[in-house]
Amino acid sequence: MPIHEQSLIRPENLKTHDQLVMDGVDVSGHWSTFIETRVVSDYNEALQEEIAALPGGEYIHRCWQCGSCTNSCTVNAINPDFNPRYWIYLIRMGMESELLRDKDIIWQCVSCNKCTYACPRDVVPEAVMKATSHWLELKGHTPKSPSMHFDEEFSSQVIERGKIEEGRIMQGFFRRTGQPLIQDWLVEMVKRMLRHLPVGMLARMGLATVIAPRTSGWSRARDAIREYADEQHAQQRHALGLAELVETARQDAGAPARS
Amino acid sequence: MATNPDKYKRVAYYPGCALEGTGHAYNRSTKVVGKALGLDLVEVKNWNCCGAMEVKNIDPKIQTYLSSRVMSIAANEMGFDTVMAPCNGCYHNLKKAEYDLKNDPKSAEVVDRLSKKAGHETYQAGQVETIHALDWIKDSIGEEGLRERVKNSLKGLKIANYYGCMYTRPRHIFPEKDQGPGSESTSKPHFMDDLLAAAGADNVDFPLKTACCGGAHTLSDSDTSTRLVLNILNAAEAAGAEVIATECPTCHSGLEMHQVRAEKRLGKKTSVRIVYFTQLLGLALGLSPRQVGLHENISDSIGFLKQKGIA
Repeated sequence: MPIHEQSLIRPENLKTHDQLVMDGVDVSGHWSTFIETRVVSDYNEALQEEIAALPGGEYIHRCWQCGSCTNSCTVNAINPDFNPRYWIYLIRMGMESELLRDKDIIWQCVSCNKCTYACPRDVVPEAVMKATSHWLELKGHTPKSPSMHFDEEFSSQVIERGKIEEGRIMQGFFRRTGQPLIQDWLVEMVKRMLRHLPVGMLARMGLATVIAPRTSGWSRARDAIREYADEQHAQQRHALGLAELVETARQDAGAPARS
Repeated sequence: MATNPDKYKRVAYYPGCALEGTGHAYNRSTKVVGKALGLDLVEVKNWNCCGAMEVKNIDPKIQTYLSSRVMSIAANEMGFDTVMAPCNGCYHNLKKAEYDLKNDPKSAEVVDRLSKKAGHETYQAGQVETIHALDWIKDSIGEEGLRERVKNSLKGLKIANYYGCMYTRPRHIFPEKDQGPGSESTSKPHFMDDLLAAAGADNVDFPLKTACCGGAHTLSDSDTSTRLVLNILNAAEAAGAEVIATECPTCHSGLEMHQVRAEKRLGKKTSVRIVYFTQLLGLALGLSPRQVGLHENISDSIGFLKQKGIA
C-alpha cells in the first residue's frame, strides 16, 4: 500500500499535558501525537468516477498535480484551506474521508476561472469544484449550500420564463435561505439609489416589479429543457448509486417501483 | 487591428437581463454612445437569459443551449452575422457556447435536440461572431476616430480600468485575443484603457484589472465578496484612481453594493467612484450626465465629475 499524501499535524492530533514525563524526560507542553498507522484503508474506489459522472467533473482524470490551480486561486488567497489541487488529488486517490474534512468550504469557489486559465491539462478545475460540491450535497454529506440555493432559484426562473429579474431572484434566494430582505446594507444601498432616482424608476429597475419579465414564445423551450434536465438528474443519481438506494427503500416500504 | 468603420456599423444587440435591471445605466449609456458614434444596434428579438453564472452549475449543456438560442435568432431569424453583448457574463457565455458547439459533439447534440423541440433552427458554430461593447467601439471607431469626436475631454480624470473575470478567462474561448499587436490581451487587457485614454483620461497603473469581485457569490457568500471588492477598491485608491471604470453589470453592481456593505459591516469607507466606461465615453462625446444615466448608479459620481468640469 503506497503512502499517500495526508497532512498529519492537525489540532486534534496535538496533545497538551501540563505535566508529562516520558522515559524520565520532562516533555510538558504541546506535542504531536505519534501516528499509529499511515496505512489508508478506507478508500472509495469509485470516487473519481462519481465526480466525473457529474457535469463539470468530466476531465478530472487529466490532472497531473502541478498546482497551478491553487496557485492562481482567488479564494485560496483569502483562505489557505481552500486547495483545489489537493482536493483533486484526494478524489483521484479515492480518499473520501479526507475530502470530507473540507466539505463546508468547497462550494465557496467564486468561478473566477483563474484556475481554468492556468491549467496546462484542461482539467477545468472550476467545474470540478462545482461537481464536487454538487456531489457532497447529492450524497448527503452537506446540506444545500447558499450557492446551490441561489443557482436553483436562478435556474428555475430562467427555465420557467426565459428571463430573470434580479429583485425577484434576491427575494427568492432570501426566502429559500431564511434570511430577511431588510438588511442594513441593502437598506443603505436603496437609500443611496433614491438620492437621484424616483421610486418608480427603482421599480422599473427590478426592485419591486409586479409583472415578471418573460421571453415570448418560451413555453416549448421550457418544456424541452425540463425534460432534458429530468433525464440528466436520473442519470446522475444512477451514477452515484443513489437510484438503487431509493429503489431499495421503496421496495422496503412496499411502494410500487417507478417505471 | 486596423479599424473598419463598416464592420460593426449595424449589429444585433443582446442586452441581457442585468441591463434591464440593476445595469440599466449601462444599457442606456451603451445605446446613446452608439447613437452618438453613428453605430446602429438592433435588439435581438425575444431574447432569453444566457444562464449567467448559475445555470451552468445545474447543467452546463442547458446553459450552452440558452446562449445558442440567442445566436440562432440573431442569425436565422434576423440575418445578422455579429452579436454585440455589453455584459461580460452574456459575452462570456455566448463565446463559451460557440467554443463548445465547435469542439464538443455532445453539446452540439443536446443543443440540436433542445432547439428542435423548442421549435427554432439549431445554431451552427460560426454563424455569428460575438463581440463585446469594447470590441464594437474599438474596431469600428478606434482611438483616432474617438479622439476626433471628443467634445469634452476627460483630461485630468484618474481612472482605474477594471475588466473583471469573464472578459478574458479562460483564454481558449477567445481565439481572437492574444494575437499580437492590436489584439486584446487576456493577461493584461487594454481595450478600455485605450478608449478612455483617447477620450483624454489619465489611466492609472492598476494591478487588479482582472481580479475577481466575487460576483457569483454576491448574495450567497457576501463576506467573501465584500473582502474581494474591498481589495479592488483599496488597490484602485492606492494607485491614485478617482474613478473605477467598469464594463460588466455584475462587476459594477458588485463593486457598488459591497462598497456600501464594507462601510456598513466592516467600517471600511472608500470613496473611489464606480462608473461604466460607456458613461465616461458618453460624457466625453458631449452627452449629459442624465443621458448617460449617472443618476442610476448607486455610487455617486455626479458632484465629483461636475467639479472636474466633465459632467
